[in-house]
Amino acid sequence: MSEVKNVVELEDAVIKFVGDSGDGMQLSGTLFADTAAYDGNDLTTFPDYPAEIRAPQNTVAGVSGFQIHFGSKKILTFGDICDTIVALNPASLRANLKWTKKDTIIITDSEAYDDSALEKSGYKSNPLTDGSLKEFKIISAPFTTLIKEAISDLNIDNKTTLKSRNMFALGIAFKLYGKNLDHTFHYLEKKFATRPQIVEMNKRVVKAGFDYAAINPQLECLYNVPSASMEKGRYRNITGNVAAAWGLIAAGEKSERPLFLGSYPITPATEILMEIVKYKSLGAKVFQAEDEIAGICSAIGASFTGSLALTTTSGPGLSLKSEAIGLAVITELPLVIVNVQRGGPSTGLPTKSEQSDLYQALYGRNGECPLIVMAASSSADCFYSAFEAAKLSIEHMTPVILLTDGSLGNGSELFRIPDTKDLPKIVAPLAKANDPNYKPYNRDEKTLARPWAIPGTEGLRHRVGGLEKENGIGTVSMDPINHELMVGLRAEKVQRVANYIDPQEVFGDTEGDLLIVSWGGTKGVIRDSVIEMKKEGYKVGHAHFKHIMPLPKNTEEIFGKYKKIIVCELNSGQFVGYLRITFPDFKYHQANKVQSLPFMIHELKDKYYKLLEK
Amino acid sequence: MEQILNTIERSNVELTKEDFVSDQMVKWCAGCGAHAILAAVANVFPKIGYKKENFMLVSGIGCSSRFPYYVNTYGFHGIHGRAYAIASGVKISNPKLSVWVATGDGDSMAIGGNHMIHTIRRNIDLNVILFNNMIYGLTKGQYSPTSPMGSVTKTSPQGTIEHPFNAGELVMGAQGTFFARVPDNNIKLMTEVMFESARHDGTSIIEVLQNCIIYNDKVHAPITSKDTREDNQLVLRNGEKMLFGADHKKGLRLNGTRLEVVTIGENGITEDDILVHDQYQQDPGLQLMLAKMAPPLFPVAMGVIRSAMYPTYDDMVEDQITYAKANSKILTVNDLLNSGDTFEVK
Repeated sequence: MSEVKNVVELEDAVIKFVGDSGDGMQLSGTLFADTAAYDGNDLTTFPDYPAEIRAPQNTVAGVSGFQIHFGSKKILTFGDICDTIVALNPASLRANLKWTKKDTIIITDSEAYDDSALEKSGYKSNPLTDGSLKEFKIISAPFTTLIKEAISDLNIDNKTTLKSRNMFALGIAFKLYGKNLDHTFHYLEKKFATRPQIVEMNKRVVKAGFDYAAINPQLECLYNVPSASMEKGRYRNITGNVAAAWGLIAAGEKSERPLFLGSYPITPATEILMEIVKYKSLGAKVFQAEDEIAGICSAIGASFTGSLALTTTSGPGLSLKSEAIGLAVITELPLVIVNVQRGGPSTGLPTKSEQSDLYQALYGRNGECPLIVMAASSSADCFYSAFEAAKLSIEHMTPVILLTDGSLGNGSELFRIPDTKDLPKIVAPLAKANDPNYKPYNRDEKTLARPWAIPGTEGLRHRVGGLEKENGIGTVSMDPINHELMVGLRAEKVQRVANYIDPQEVFGDTEGDLLIVSWGGTKGVIRDSVIEMKKEGYKVGHAHFKHIMPLPKNTEEIFGKYKKIIVCELNSGQFVGYLRITFPDFKYHQANKVQSLPFMIHELKDKYYKLLEK
Repeated sequence: MEQILNTIERSNVELTKEDFVSDQMVKWCAGCGAHAILAAVANVFPKIGYKKENFMLVSGIGCSSRFPYYVNTYGFHGIHGRAYAIASGVKISNPKLSVWVATGDGDSMAIGGNHMIHTIRRNIDLNVILFNNMIYGLTKGQYSPTSPMGSVTKTSPQGTIEHPFNAGELVMGAQGTFFARVPDNNIKLMTEVMFESARHDGTSIIEVLQNCIIYNDKVHAPITSKDTREDNQLVLRNGEKMLFGADHKKGLRLNGTRLEVVTIGENGITEDDILVHDQYQQDPGLQLMLAKMAPPLFPVAMGVIRSAMYPTYDDMVEDQITYAKANSKILTVNDLLNSGDTFEVK
């Protein structure tokens, strides 16, 4: 057989690795993504995995996937529809056919389609032979047979052999998209440094897949996705959860405040906890508490004691923390609460992503209880959003809720590594020892922040707590006029944060027929939809909000420059509800989706077209 | 009292009660046992001798938890049940503070039960004063997790039908390293026990049998009143015989595996038969039996029942950080950002 020679150049491509949980699809996907990154592609990734750790084999419930969108242009999303699906069993193929188009390439293991696997996956007949896949380009191969041939002299047991199917599939994908094996070889050598036979086996299996693809007559052509032109600098691939963790650690260093994280494991936020705990060498103190409430309460104690205090959670955990958030609001202490949103209510859809905790973040507490609410807009932006959340929290002496979501947290993109000297300063409003004028609730004239008096400091002994305090001296007060004053001051303090944040940016036309409004993790897909609308000649702008409470000061002005406004969000309409209360003079249209799935570009454009036709 | 040896910075001047007097009006009912606890704290803080800025008081919710307002230290009045969690964050964040928790039976053992047992299990160096009046006072008279079975309260008009917690049993069940008990009418003993708790590294629970004059008056009287206390209290002192009674003729001995009250001079019993208290014994077996004693068969054990040495959570946090700083290549955030797999775009 001769080698496939025809190479087609592509601007971008979407590939998804799918199989049983435990088949190693997350590893294959990660290695593919890292290889593409080293090769100069821009990219975004998304792991798609079930709520169970190992659901029954060969069932649709157990399908785990990892999707990569890579290209020579700026990549903003992990992609709607797949150009290639690598499926290790019939269940994973069946579960992912909804993400295909005509001519999607399907790489699959023909030996995985036995009667039992077909039955468990719900197939009545073998899709590889019954003609049901004829609109796709199928590359099916007997993976196990080919793997055994490649490693026959290595004396590897059957179980280990079967576990390397993901490597064979990865090899095929590398050849298909013109990638080399260097990074993967390097990874294997490092990962299995003490087990040379495993290194040798896996290398041979990847190479066998790679070589198999090279001479496979089922392949009409190979592809090449050239390097993206990216700003100079050092880069890494980073997930949103790691980026958030690092942003918070960076804020600790810049503020010269010790870092304290009190947290409790919860999907999909746990990675932030697991990440920060690695960096005790940077002084990070991490307390895995007995529950969500102890997580935040320990953080409040640490904040009173002078630490940059953090707690990380997801929706149900935020519910449990509500009372304590109120305590942080009334004691006017800095505290960063990261909520990696998932589908709700209740336990909901733990491994799926949604934007449905906005109302909870804004309003979910007893009493009038304002705080700063921010939302990160991409995986890499989680670094900067977390850093800014900490900065605002410290400088304005107020808790901040930072909303990210499961897609951002687990998904990844390329991150241009900053130098910490270029990050903004963070100045903690510390009270000075023995200051004769110190009063716990004396306020800064500009920010209204109260001074932070750290226990152990001479001459600043004071008491705070959950009871209403008299403004200034800070003693317990049940005085009605003082209470109203304090309610107002706490709200005003948060509103004044608008003086310290960037004005809202607009992409596209700064005035026109339609303003597309979004917030949080949907930035990429909505930006792509706006780029397409612009190419089609429409006069549209995109305002993507990162600051929700308070809103940037120019928000109203921006809204006034368009004939129509549509607010797009992955819930039934929470941001739009908030905007209606805040700026009631505008008419807002909505694009909503509550399927715990991302928007698709065509869904959004259909909404825009309808509005623009009217 | 000897000087406590640890890393908390000491005052270079002699402190007095006056140094800890708060300017706030004390708003507990006249005759409430909490006043005695406040007096004991005012006694003991100057004796402990740390710089006054190094004391920190944390509380939850309830009558007990107004305590921080009445002592001039750094103080934090938290939310119901969460004092342990808040105080844990304080101590871990700054281990050079002497952290005291004021909490009640409901705050600690009902709404805050989970935090209490886990704090004890971790052995975080906190000094906890547990005001046990066996009733909810601030909500005006509902039964608590320590109310005796059958207690008639506003939420148990026919008597409670739950088994109460014994605080000492709970502490030892949670692998506690320090447990002491004192009646609210013995300020001298309370002061001594508080000093011992400060000296102990780890979570110290001091149960104060506290009278609630309004909603549960005289609930502890069978143990604490003048005419009952000699026979119904055994004040334990380390290294001393477990003797009680007006003329110290009654004592405890082990009969098989069980405790037994005996009288010296009766049935051939001599002082040699009487148990000697060892508060430092690691094995809590005998200490647990002491903590569980109750009339009519036994006196109630007072004083420091258990004070066993174990590493503290907060010390181990510092050890791990010291180790990491000495052994990691990541010492700045720039090191972190550039660690692992990165690549250059030129």
